[in-house]
Amino acid sequence: MAILTGRPGPGTSPPPADLSSTGRFGDRVFHGLSTGSGIVVIGLVTAVGAFLLAQALPALVRNDANFLTDRVWQVDGDPLRFGIPDLLWVTVISSLVAMVIALPVAIGVALYLTEYAPPRLARPFAYLVDLLAAVPSIVYGLWGATIIITYVAPVQTFLGSVLGWIPLFSTENAITGTIFLASIVLAVMILPIITAISREVFAQTPLTHKEGALALGATRWEMIRTTVLPFGTPGTISAAMLGLGRALGETIAVSLIMGTTNGAFSWSLFSGGETFASRIANNAQEFDTPTKAGAFIAAGLVLFVLTFVVNAMARVVIERRKAFAE
Amino acid sequence: MAQRIDVKDLNIYYDRFKAVEDVSMTIEARSVTAFIGPSGCGKSTVLRTLNRMHEVIPKATVTGTVDLNGRNLYDRDVDPVAVRRTVGMVFQRPNPFPTMSISDNVAAGLKLGGERNKAVLAEAVERSLRGANLWNEVKDRLDKPGAGLSGGQQQRLCIARAIAVEPQVLLMDEPCSALDPISTLAIEDLIEEIKTNYTIVIVTHNMQQAARVSDRTAFFNLAATGKPGRLVEMDDTTKIFSNPGRKETEDYISGRFG
Repeated sequence: MAILTGRPGPGTSPPPADLSSTGRFGDRVFHGLSTGSGIVVIGLVTAVGAFLLAQALPALVRNDANFLTDRVWQVDGDPLRFGIPDLLWVTVISSLVAMVIALPVAIGVALYLTEYAPPRLARPFAYLVDLLAAVPSIVYGLWGATIIITYVAPVQTFLGSVLGWIPLFSTENAITGTIFLASIVLAVMILPIITAISREVFAQTPLTHKEGALALGATRWEMIRTTVLPFGTPGTISAAMLGLGRALGETIAVSLIMGTTNGAFSWSLFSGGETFASRIANNAQEFDTPTKAGAFIAAGLVLFVLTFVVNAMARVVIERRKAFAE
Repeated sequence: MAQRIDVKDLNIYYDRFKAVEDVSMTIEARSVTAFIGPSGCGKSTVLRTLNRMHEVIPKATVTGTVDLNGRNLYDRDVDPVAVRRTVGMVFQRPNPFPTMSISDNVAAGLKLGGERNKAVLAEAVERSLRGANLWNEVKDRLDKPGAGLSGGQQQRLCIARAIAVEPQVLLMDEPCSALDPISTLAIEDLIEEIKTNYTIVIVTHNMQQAARVSDRTAFFNLAATGKPGRLVEMDDTTKIFSNPGRKETEDYISGRFG
């Protein structure tokens, strides 16, 4: 026993349940620290959820409209009337479009960095991509609202003229600060995180797999397709979901870029609107009564749940593929 | 189908380091040639030059010629991808593609070659798995991941994958070093069976294995650590193991070093 556990003295006490722990001072301290950190994180998440729920409930109780289906937002009077379908749609569609734009580019950049770029170039290039993440979102907002807007306008006109018959691309309520423009800026903002994670997982593809493919007569692209991409898929999915989570919650850039439409709702990307986050930020000065603030907090609660669901979906996808990963 | 390989004045470099020096040898068709020698002598390196896998490593270069079917593999206009479709390879650690099923693993090479016909692929999968003595063990679970097989089965799966494209030459880089004795025996039996159709080159650390499976044996050695490896001698396996021409070969096979 003494040899097995490294414990001093003969086996006078029963062996500890956790054989990897020696019961020494350092071990106990570290065990406590790491358990404590874990508990703190769980506690924080629970506390945030509880806070949102507690603050939102009074407003929800006094809500005269259907919170999930009614397209109204009147929080000044009593009873209140507010619902979230518009916010939900704009939030989800702007983030999804951003992800659809960013994902292929990010995978391309990650593959270039891991498989194609000469090693001397790959490192500085990777830093450069990471630097994109360091740009404050207010800067992205300004950039989108003043510069990119002029370049996106003709693209929108073109897409509208070709695909205008699809409600998503209808130009009926077209304004300048559109969801589409916000999506493009969001795509740039989430590009670094998707790239960084994809790069990490692609770089971990075992050399034996890659050599196996090459030895079968695979070209470089075929080797990437048969080994690197499948190996990296779960990681890339979680990267995309992390990017999506970031886009869902992005506030200031969206609120600077997206023009609000006064009530007129449209399914089109070329319309404006507000996301959960930008609605809350745009109305921050209105939190004068607890119930009024509660309406906005209820919107925040939905955003919180939404990001939770997105992460859970990412988990499910990754778990499903595990049987085929080593 | 099976072809002989003529290697002439082969020098192999990793960047500026000369790893192997002046190798010239002839590898006969439809036979098994074993490369033996101490660690670091360059036997695996030489093996990898026979299908141009050597140059996958950054800054690795080669001088000299490797003739297969009268054509130098290192000619300027030879495509390394085409070479690797003609000269198959099995690695030290079994490396089936983890995201693919058993049958997809076997069919991978054919699909890379552009074969899309399902019947042709299914037929090739069965033929190759039978050829690798694996068919009976996996025929009921062809759509299951290859990574779920035992180590020995995985290695036979890799052999099936390599022979599915009907190469002329099959290179094996210590194919049994990660396997238990029973699996090793299965692989050795398999080598014995398929050598009638292929030119086989096998690198091994196990001298009994070289003696059991090969017809010809090449002994590599290096003068000292940091010096390039070289071919000491190559002869019929029975001769190498009973009456080698060089003293250092005898020292090595009798276990005096290495």
